[in-house]
Amino acid sequence: MTAIVSNLIQPPPNATALLQVRDLCKSFAISKNANLQAVDRVSFDIYPGESVGLVGESGCGKSTLIRLITRLLDVTSGTIKFENTILSTVAVRQFPQSPHRKDIQLVFQDPTDSLNPRFTAYDTITEPLTRLTGLRDQAQLRHRADELADLVGLPQELLSRFPHQLSGGQKARVGIARAIALNPQLLVLDEPTSALDVSVQAVILHLLADLKERLGMSYLFVSHDLNVVRLLCDRVLVMYLGKIIESGPVDQVFNHPRHPYTEALISAIPSFEAKPHPIPLTGEPRSPINPDPNVCRLYGRCPKGEDQCRQAMPPLEEVTPGHWAACHFHNE
Amino acid sequence: MTLDQSSAVPAASTLAVTPHLLSVDQLSVEFRTRTGVVRALEAVSFDIQPGKTIGIVGESGSGKSVTAFTLMGVLDRAGQVTSGKAIFQSDRVAVDLLKEPESSLRQLRGKELSMIFQNPRTALNPIRKVGKQITDVLRCHTDLAGEDLRTRAIEMLASVRIPDPDQRFDAYPYELSGGLCQRIMIALALACSPKLLIADEPTTGLDVTTQATVMNLIKDLATQRQMATLLITHDLAMASEYCDRIIVMHAGHVVESAPTHSLFQAPRHPYTAKLIAATPEAHKAFRDLIPIMGNLPDLKGADLPPCRFSQRCDRYDPALCTQTPLVRQSVTPEHQVACWKPL
Repeated sequence: MTAIVSNLIQPPPNATALLQVRDLCKSFAISKNANLQAVDRVSFDIYPGESVGLVGESGCGKSTLIRLITRLLDVTSGTIKFENTILSTVAVRQFPQSPHRKDIQLVFQDPTDSLNPRFTAYDTITEPLTRLTGLRDQAQLRHRADELADLVGLPQELLSRFPHQLSGGQKARVGIARAIALNPQLLVLDEPTSALDVSVQAVILHLLADLKERLGMSYLFVSHDLNVVRLLCDRVLVMYLGKIIESGPVDQVFNHPRHPYTEALISAIPSFEAKPHPIPLTGEPRSPINPDPNVCRLYGRCPKGEDQCRQAMPPLEEVTPGHWAACHFHNE
Repeated sequence: MTLDQSSAVPAASTLAVTPHLLSVDQLSVEFRTRTGVVRALEAVSFDIQPGKTIGIVGESGSGKSVTAFTLMGVLDRAGQVTSGKAIFQSDRVAVDLLKEPESSLRQLRGKELSMIFQNPRTALNPIRKVGKQITDVLRCHTDLAGEDLRTRAIEMLASVRIPDPDQRFDAYPYELSGGLCQRIMIALALACSPKLLIADEPTTGLDVTTQATVMNLIKDLATQRQMATLLITHDLAMASEYCDRIIVMHAGHVVESAPTHSLFQAPRHPYTAKLIAATPEAHKAFRDLIPIMGNLPDLKGADLPPCRFSQRCDRYDPALCTQTPLVRQSVTPEHQVACWKPL
């Protein structure tokens, strides 16, 4: 397998974004006057061929954001624009009829749970073809399945096997083959390697980098493993309690984080090198239910946490070209 | 597990007194399944000194958890210990954990040796208040009663830095976050100040920030109480931060055992070197992330090679690597490797 070094690509300033998300909000009504604000005014772009990482702790709204983009959840407010079509107004039930349904595909977290146990690998890989393109010709389906198996490095003789007869790495390959079967433009990867051993994880990461290069897809790569995001992505979005609090090119964000939360995240990554003790954030995250719009979401856990932080929500500001941070003290 | 009635109360004199808190020697475990005998552990040996943290690392299926379950005496019924000793230095006497009857193991578990399980949500009782789960342990192993139980449990909750321990005493596991549930597990395991804590993937499924908090907590408590810890993990980077010594397992064998520093500076077993190369790390370029080819061998196979890594190894030499039995050689007094062609 060829290793492709993921280069830092600055999105061309006048290129059209493949995916444009503006002020996207999703709230869930918990009771009569309690709303859980899962995604709060999120805006970002993904350019063709770009790989964007999305990181943040559990409960920060990563999964809700993915479900909004893949149109599995209805939007509360804001827009999702894919190429030149507004998708946020398309109802979830109508989306399968949308011509863009096949352009956005998802690779799920757990390769075992996300495969139908009664489908062979062949059935799993060809299902999107029969469902969304209406392809019924057995010879053509067979040909495409073989082609996809080759593409993801799954031996063709394993296509007749059921998930329980496959290893973790092979199941991950089936999940990826299913997602790329329709030649999507945007592949959303939800923690694709978190259930795999390091030995297999490295194989799958190389496969993903290779596929991206060959098929020219864009990735939205969700992970809590920051080292993996650093290797595979061009840009990274850091999310905390429904808001994007920092975004920028991976090298910039990892080497010069401007938000205290990003700094804590990075310092907490275990490494082989001797290094100073991680700065763990104290306390628990604030409640996402009816959050105060004028208090910084990290207030209370943040080592800075001054009066200013509970009087005004810090806006996302451009620190250096392409690198944004939402902190009153981003210049310190 | 074999129950040998004659050794129900082992006399201190019958077992050699060791300076180790736990000394595992030539432990082998088999699982009898319908399709054959799985040789899950073979001749596993290691020692743990009081107050030290020892890490066991390896891929899934390498026997890490089977080792932990065997030591705790909670191995599945299909599993059988076929040989070996596990001498634990209890308060008064040295006992062989593999030969103790269940009744005396019950006295030890939770009191002198405890375990933290991988998934706190499934390991805690979902329909019992977390405080009550802690008082259950205290009632079993201490003389405390009545209000003292509650007071002590709240102290335990506070010691694992749970905010508002008074209120959390009455919480059910579903009301708490993953990180808090894991802290409850730790409070539960440490309630009686055990001498040995076995932590089986204590931070899998937790966020990096929570992982750092939980691991620092375990480390601090271990230092305060001079408690030894056996940390089981697949995360080499994490093991390198918290362990004094690391044992690398592959397909039921201990392939390398060394102080953390020398293991990472100069791994001698090809598998260890490959594991390190496959781990994503800060400042490692993508092309330097090298996958390990092949899978673990089928442990049911009748023709398992003496070196179970030989099929995946690029240093394999048929003349050398087929010698039986595979023995662990000392590279330095502290560093052992089970390889005929070490790096």
